[in-house]
Amino acid sequence: MRILKFLIEKEFKQMFRNPLIPKMIVMYPIMVLLVFPWAVSFEIKNIRIDVVDHSKSTYSRRLTDKIAASRYFILNDIPPDYRTAMWNMEQGETDMILEIPTSFDVDLVKNRASAVGMAVNSVNGTQGLLGSNYVTQIVNDFSSELRSELTHTLPAQSRASMMRMPRINIVPQYKFNPALDYKSFMIPGFMVLLLTIICGILPALNIVMEKETGTIHQINVTPVNRIGFILAKLIPFWVVGLVVMIISVSAAYLIYGLWPAGSVVAVLFSAIVFIFSISGLGIIISNYSENMQQASFLVMFFILILILLGGMFTPVSSMPGWAQAIASINPFNYLTKTFRMLYLNGSTLADVSGNLLMLALFSVVLNGWAVVSYKKRG
Amino acid sequence: MNKVMEVSGLTKKFGNFTAVDHISFDVTEGEIFGFLGANGAGKTTAMQMLCGISMPTAGKGTVAGYDIIKQNELIKRNIGYMSQKFSLYEDLKVWENIRLFGGIYGLREKIIAEKTDALLKRLDFEQERNTLVKYLPLGWKQKLAFSVAIFHEPKIVFLDEPTGGVDPAMRRQFWEMIYEAADQGITVFVTTHYMDEAEYCNRVSIMVDGRIDALDSPAALRHQFKAGSMDEVFRQLAREAERGD
Ligand SMILES: Nc1ncnc2c1ncn2[C@@H]1O[C@H](COP(=O)(O)OP(=O)(O)O)[C@@H](O)[C@H]1O
Ligand SMILES: [Mg+2]
Repeated sequence: MRILKFLIEKEFKQMFRNPLIPKMIVMYPIMVLLVFPWAVSFEIKNIRIDVVDHSKSTYSRRLTDKIAASRYFILNDIPPDYRTAMWNMEQGETDMILEIPTSFDVDLVKNRASAVGMAVNSVNGTQGLLGSNYVTQIVNDFSSELRSELTHTLPAQSRASMMRMPRINIVPQYKFNPALDYKSFMIPGFMVLLLTIICGILPALNIVMEKETGTIHQINVTPVNRIGFILAKLIPFWVVGLVVMIISVSAAYLIYGLWPAGSVVAVLFSAIVFIFSISGLGIIISNYSENMQQASFLVMFFILILILLGGMFTPVSSMPGWAQAIASINPFNYLTKTFRMLYLNGSTLADVSGNLLMLALFSVVLNGWAVVSYKKRG
Repeated sequence: MNKVMEVSGLTKKFGNFTAVDHISFDVTEGEIFGFLGANGAGKTTAMQMLCGISMPTAGKGTVAGYDIIKQNELIKRNIGYMSQKFSLYEDLKVWENIRLFGGIYGLREKIIAEKTDALLKRLDFEQERNTLVKYLPLGWKQKLAFSVAIFHEPKIVFLDEPTGGVDPAMRRQFWEMIYEAADQGITVFVTTHYMDEAEYCNRVSIMVDGRIDALDSPAALRHQFKAGSMDEVFRQLAREAERGD
């Protein structure tokens, strides 16, 4: 498609001549990575936790000690059963309950994955979400600690089998970010926000600008087809989005020491899948706006929904049913989840494949809608 | 002579409002066809239906041999269009605009480069090659827009009030360019509300309130309406008009 080359060339020229866009591309990541995380850093410390230890083993006690020693938790009580813990929670004496199953140590010894059941006080959703993330981190940490201990104390021939074990619920994670804090939790979310702005909103506003100046009219009387026009609009923003993403991932590492516990390739791959879906939404917005005023209104509306119902600040699980329903069709939510899993929980591409599948589905639906609703003829 | 455009009963309604009301006419190859009418008469709307960017409510027709309803994308390959509102890219340079539209109409890189050089030389525009279009004076912008519209040598070029707001000297130069294009065999379909310009056309139609009330050569129309000038013809017709300013 030779026409596409000319159109993309035009878009890049205009992008770099725009008085705002190049500055935004530089300023946004800086704001988002350097300023915002501090501004919104309501880091939660001193979460009161009850540990229900059914296992009563050396391992479970060590885990409890680790939790008690962490600066995020205050060990409120070690009640004998779950009911007592619930009662404590109802009395407002504790914020969180961690339940360690009876088979915890047996499972560890038998080299099988173990499930640490967790109940989270949902009165304060953010606290619950962060708290369970902290616990996950500590459990992960503990697990890799055990693994290295066992590997060192065992003869070489059994090391091969050691590689699999012991796993507690989640793949042991690298200790790049042992001091888990609120910033590490928010930064993956801010990366999603950046992609949303660059690959969703900027192309939408760009197209509506062409409507306002009347240049799109001139394009419409030419043989340029709608897919060509839309693609030429999007490709430059996709490129910029990916570059900004790479810069952000690097900056997050250099500034905060934050690196995906899972694979960085998976992070970029998920970003790409997300980019397709969010630009589809951007095109739809532009198709339904005749001028910048209408477009700005729609953009505001969608940004609020995407972010507030996207699990960035408030966990989806603590939302009312209708909000959860919206979150379940919110691409922002799926990438935020995915990024946090990849960054904080050490998940693999396979673990997040469900989310990516949803994002791919959104891409198909949104882009199909975008192409159909693009009117070349009035 | 060959007809490059034939239209019958062409109508466009916006809701209850009939912007273009059953117009019928044809245009001969190589002709300069003036499409006259007061503001709001329906010229732009009619032209947009002919260019394939507006769907007619009723009527049929062909442009450059293609059906305006079904083959509008094929029409687009064979026409040039200069919109009423200046719509080249203001943030692209002169040569970049030419290159872009040359490329869009499928011209090869080499051809585009050669033709751009020749065009800039002919317009005496070489020193403005690298000027951003937004810094050009209006008259020059219009000349450039016209040159871009015929750069790919279309069969027909549609010009929507190409001389709007331009001073008389510049308007004359612009009409010289139109004649040059016509000499090359490009059919020119031009709307205007300057009646003196009507005299430059081979034939004109006069639109009043969405209808075509008169259609002939300027001389024949003056004779028919017993008028000394096209302006007088127009004033006689416009007396009954309800729209316009
Ligand atoms: N998209 C539209 N929706 C509603 N009315 C329109 C639209 N476009 C044009 N019109 C109306 O149709 C009439 C003809 O407009 P137009 O074709 O632009 O006239 P002209 O080009 O002769 O000045 C005007 O009254 C105008 O207000
Ligand atoms: Mg008009």
